Amino acid sequence: MATDSHSLRSALGRARGLGSAKEGTNHWWLQRVTAIALVPLTMWLVASIVALSGFGHGAFVVWFGRPLNATLMILFLGVGFHHAQLGMQVVIEDYVSHHGWRTTLNLLVKFACYGLATLSIVSILTIAFGA
Amino acid sequence: MATQNRPLSPHLQVYRLPLTALMSITHRMTGIGLTLGTLLLAWWVSAAAYGQAEYEQVQAFLGSWIAMILLLGFSFALFFHLCNGIRHLFWDFGNYFELHETRRADICVLIGAAALTAATWFMVL
Repeated sequence: MATDSHSLRSALGRARGLGSAKEGTNHWWLQRVTAIALVPLTMWLVASIVALSGFGHGAFVVWFGRPLNATLMILFLGVGFHHAQLGMQVVIEDYVSHHGWRTTLNLLVKFACYGLATLSIVSILTIAFGA
Repeated sequence: MATQNRPLSPHLQVYRLPLTALMSITHRMTGIGLTLGTLLLAWWVSAAAYGQAEYEQVQAFLGSWIAMILLLGFSFALFFHLCNGIRHLFWDFGNYFELHETRRADICVLIGAAALTAATWFMVL
């Protein structure tokens, strides 16, 4: 491909390797980066939920009032919702062939994921700052 | 231009999917399920920020039998997606593509997901 002298692609375009979607392997790579980060974060979240089960509101406030726990929870929420959005985008792009529906669904998933992520993170910050 | 001898994709209504293929589609389905499950997570966390009364409403719902079934499903989906996701990361690095290796990983993922789900519920209940 690179040696094809009849190609309409410029040398710069080939070197950048971004392809027709203009983002190269960015989406694929971010899916993996978030996946790796989620392995320990998920184990921590499950352990937290197990520890908090059977206790009331006070235990929740004390647990997420600790800076390290608040940090890990905010990381889980940010990375987790991003991972969910990336994954749902792939599923929608694979199975929804109608262009209008595909764009609409992708927009709704993006708004829902980042909206819920923000609500959850603000909630943890509210608890962490003791408001 | 000859068109014979091209590889065909499996015809889903005729072809019996091998376990690895079933687990591949299950990975996607658990991913969709977990994305829907984040609604419950966001409700739980935001209710805690609103106050004790709101938090107790969520706890009351989580104690119902329908929520227990939902949570059992979510927990298995989470551990399946976690274990199978780690296997996907090994694939991304170009490892374990041989048939006997994928078969062994299938079993490891299923046992791992079931064991983690059982251990979690053993600690909660």
